[in-house]
Amino acid sequence: MSPGEDVLFWVLAPLMVLVSFGLLVARKAVHVAICMVFVMIGFAVLYIALEAPFLGVVQIVVYTGAVMMLFLFVLMLVGVDASSSLVETIRGQRWIGVILALGLGVILSGVVVQTVFPPAVGLAEANSVTNPVGLARVLMSDYVLAMEVVGIVLITAAVSALVLTHKRRLTPARGQKEIADAKVAALPQGGRLTPLAAPGVYAQNNAMDTPALDPQGRPIAESVSRVLRIRGQQREATDVLLGEHGLVERTSTVAEPEGSAPDEEER
Amino acid sequence: MELTHYVVLSCILFSVGAATVLLRRNAIIVFMGVELMLNATNLAFVTFGRMHGDLSGQVIAFFVMVVAAAEVVVGLAIIIAIFRARRSVSVDDVDLLKS
Repeated sequence: MSPGEDVLFWVLAPLMVLVSFGLLVARKAVHVAICMVFVMIGFAVLYIALEAPFLGVVQIVVYTGAVMMLFLFVLMLVGVDASSSLVETIRGQRWIGVILALGLGVILSGVVVQTVFPPAVGLAEANSVTNPVGLARVLMSDYVLAMEVVGIVLITAAVSALVLTHKRRLTPARGQKEIADAKVAALPQGGRLTPLAAPGVYAQNNAMDTPALDPQGRPIAESVSRVLRIRGQQREATDVLLGEHGLVERTSTVAEPEGSAPDEEER
Repeated sequence: MELTHYVVLSCILFSVGAATVLLRRNAIIVFMGVELMLNATNLAFVTFGRMHGDLSGQVIAFFVMVVAAAEVVVGLAIIIAIFRARRSVSVDDVDLLKS
């Protein structure tokens, strides 16, 4: 083990352990996913240091590239802000869990530290034909059957994912005509025929979060995107209008000195 | 050439993953804890492979990766199916068989 590898390990390993604690404490699932990506890239670097460059590359491609992106997609489907409740349903579960995990870590590490391993052989000889070729020779000679089975597992997993997420259509499809008919039918109950109004356009502010004004000058709440309203991120129209009035006053005060400029010259 | 500290690192990360599975309530985070445990065992496999000068450890780690990828696909599909039915990803809300 070269000193360079030592330095790499002792820089990377504490960082990985530290970041992995993010899995335990981070409130939002997205932050957990980011912590996980960091730890997995750390694993890839360690694989390359352990004379397994092929596995290092596969780790980045499969885990950080595919698996974590799949996780992020599911988080997006489920809703990024779906944070878990912190109420304990089983009494004392937190402490029991912490104690069990600590005990597991201490026992495993203790056993490993106390064991005397034979001096490491290293993979220089096995990797003499380059690591991927060496791997392929082992894979295709000793593990052919396992590889075939893994292929079946992969196909089964792909098909099962399709079957599990497939949603059967229970109602007839709603086309343009059906939507129009439903809108007309809803008119007596206070429905609307026209599309929703666009968000407000003001002199100083035309962002998505400000409501438009109707002909009477009242703000239209529906003109702000539904998501912003649920999150409580819309802005009140009165604030914007007050800002506008302030703008009018300021421009009039700026305009005045220009009007009175000849007077000043006369003085 | 001492490689013990790699195995110790894998033990620590394995226990962190186990703690995540035990403590977190969000099914997706629990799943990431399982992934961390799988990765930790992979690190141990690769380290032991290097210790014994044998490439079999790397081949097994490769198989673990492939099976983990398949497992993630099925697991996330199940989580989405549950989310559609119950509007929740908390592992506490999946208690239909309890009552």
